[in-house]
Amino acid sequence: MALLSKANQEALVGPLNLNNPVVVQVLGICSALAVTAQLEPAIVMGLSVTIITAFSNLIISLIRNSIPNRIRIIVQLVVVAALVTIVSQVLKAFAYDVSVQLSVYVGLIITNCILMGRLEAFAMMNKPWPSFLDGIGNGIGYAIILVIVGFVRELLGSGTLFGFQVVPDWCYEHGYMNNGMMTMPAMSLIIVGCVIWAHRAYNKELQ
Amino acid sequence: MEHLISLFVRSIFVDNMIFAFFLGMCSYLAVSKSVKTALGLGVAVTFVLLITVPVDYLLQVYVLGPDCLVEGVDLSFLSFILFIAVIAGIVQLVEMVVERFSPSLYAALGIFLPLIAVNCAIMGASLFMQQRITMPETNSQAITGVWDSVAYALGSGIGWLLAITCLAAIREKMAYTDVPRPLQGLGITFITVGLMAMAFMCFSGLNL
Repeated sequence: MALLSKANQEALVGPLNLNNPVVVQVLGICSALAVTAQLEPAIVMGLSVTIITAFSNLIISLIRNSIPNRIRIIVQLVVVAALVTIVSQVLKAFAYDVSVQLSVYVGLIITNCILMGRLEAFAMMNKPWPSFLDGIGNGIGYAIILVIVGFVRELLGSGTLFGFQVVPDWCYEHGYMNNGMMTMPAMSLIIVGCVIWAHRAYNKELQ
Repeated sequence: MEHLISLFVRSIFVDNMIFAFFLGMCSYLAVSKSVKTALGLGVAVTFVLLITVPVDYLLQVYVLGPDCLVEGVDLSFLSFILFIAVIAGIVQLVEMVVERFSPSLYAALGIFLPLIAVNCAIMGASLFMQQRITMPETNSQAITGVWDSVAYALGSGIGWLLAITCLAAIREKMAYTDVPRPLQGLGITFITVGLMAMAFMCFSGLNL
């Protein structure tokens, strides 16, 4: 199969685990931490980044031979900024509540290091189809971490998932309390630290 | 005047770029291995913030806002592209000026100078400034004039500088501690930043 040759598979699946953009390459931390107090914005953010990474990789890869080397950063930024503007307008039109919750972090996808990192490291040197797959892989790898952190923070912080209560009432009657710390930004750093710890303890070769 | 001071102090301690909004995390984690380079990057970020935020403020108020260029046209959806172009341009300009007038500083900052263009703290400050323009004047976070935006930019920059220098100092000491192997490097740094962020939370009641 030409569509999913071995190298292409690697580009798609590698970022999910051993080459994860957040916990291994340390890219795109800013937004990963800030939008994860609840699960829903975390998923929307993950999806937006996946779409933008995939298409910016594709576009840059298509025009990679005609970009003068000296101004490539500006060209990349303009392509990314145009895509982010489209996504931001779509979110405002169809998911207004979430776009209010995400506030400036939608705009900050432009400066998300995952995008610039992948454009520089992959899309400038590879054909469009592998670049597209690489973008999807990295976006999903990013989304996985967001979902894990968002799940833990929403479950322990407010006892809900997607806004529905999952901790039954009798627990609260017997003295169970929501951990207010979890909704604070500081805890997301510590949770990501723990995710990195678990990931490296499991994958010995990364240590 | 009181509003300026309040805005300045709040943006250093309460609305700290790192500990309250996690902006500029990538370079924050990557460059905080020694105090000296951390300080250099902090100064460069403060400087770029100090120029870009007032420029973006003027653009937002006199070019992009509703009814600015043409009656009945609101161009604020173009703000992402315009802001990032301003930031990239000014970073390029700063790089050329520093290279021309202070080659030693240029050599010390190295690759981090051009990378400031994609530092989320710069873009983030501009976007927060855009949000704060619409706030009522009584709000202590509101930005109502160009001097407010200067105070906000300077405060945010100094807050970022403070945060990166503190972390670099802690990491220099931490090199000699016995950390579990999987947690070494990145993991323990995250947890340290988390604890520092908790410490900074005690400023949140601060009001001038």
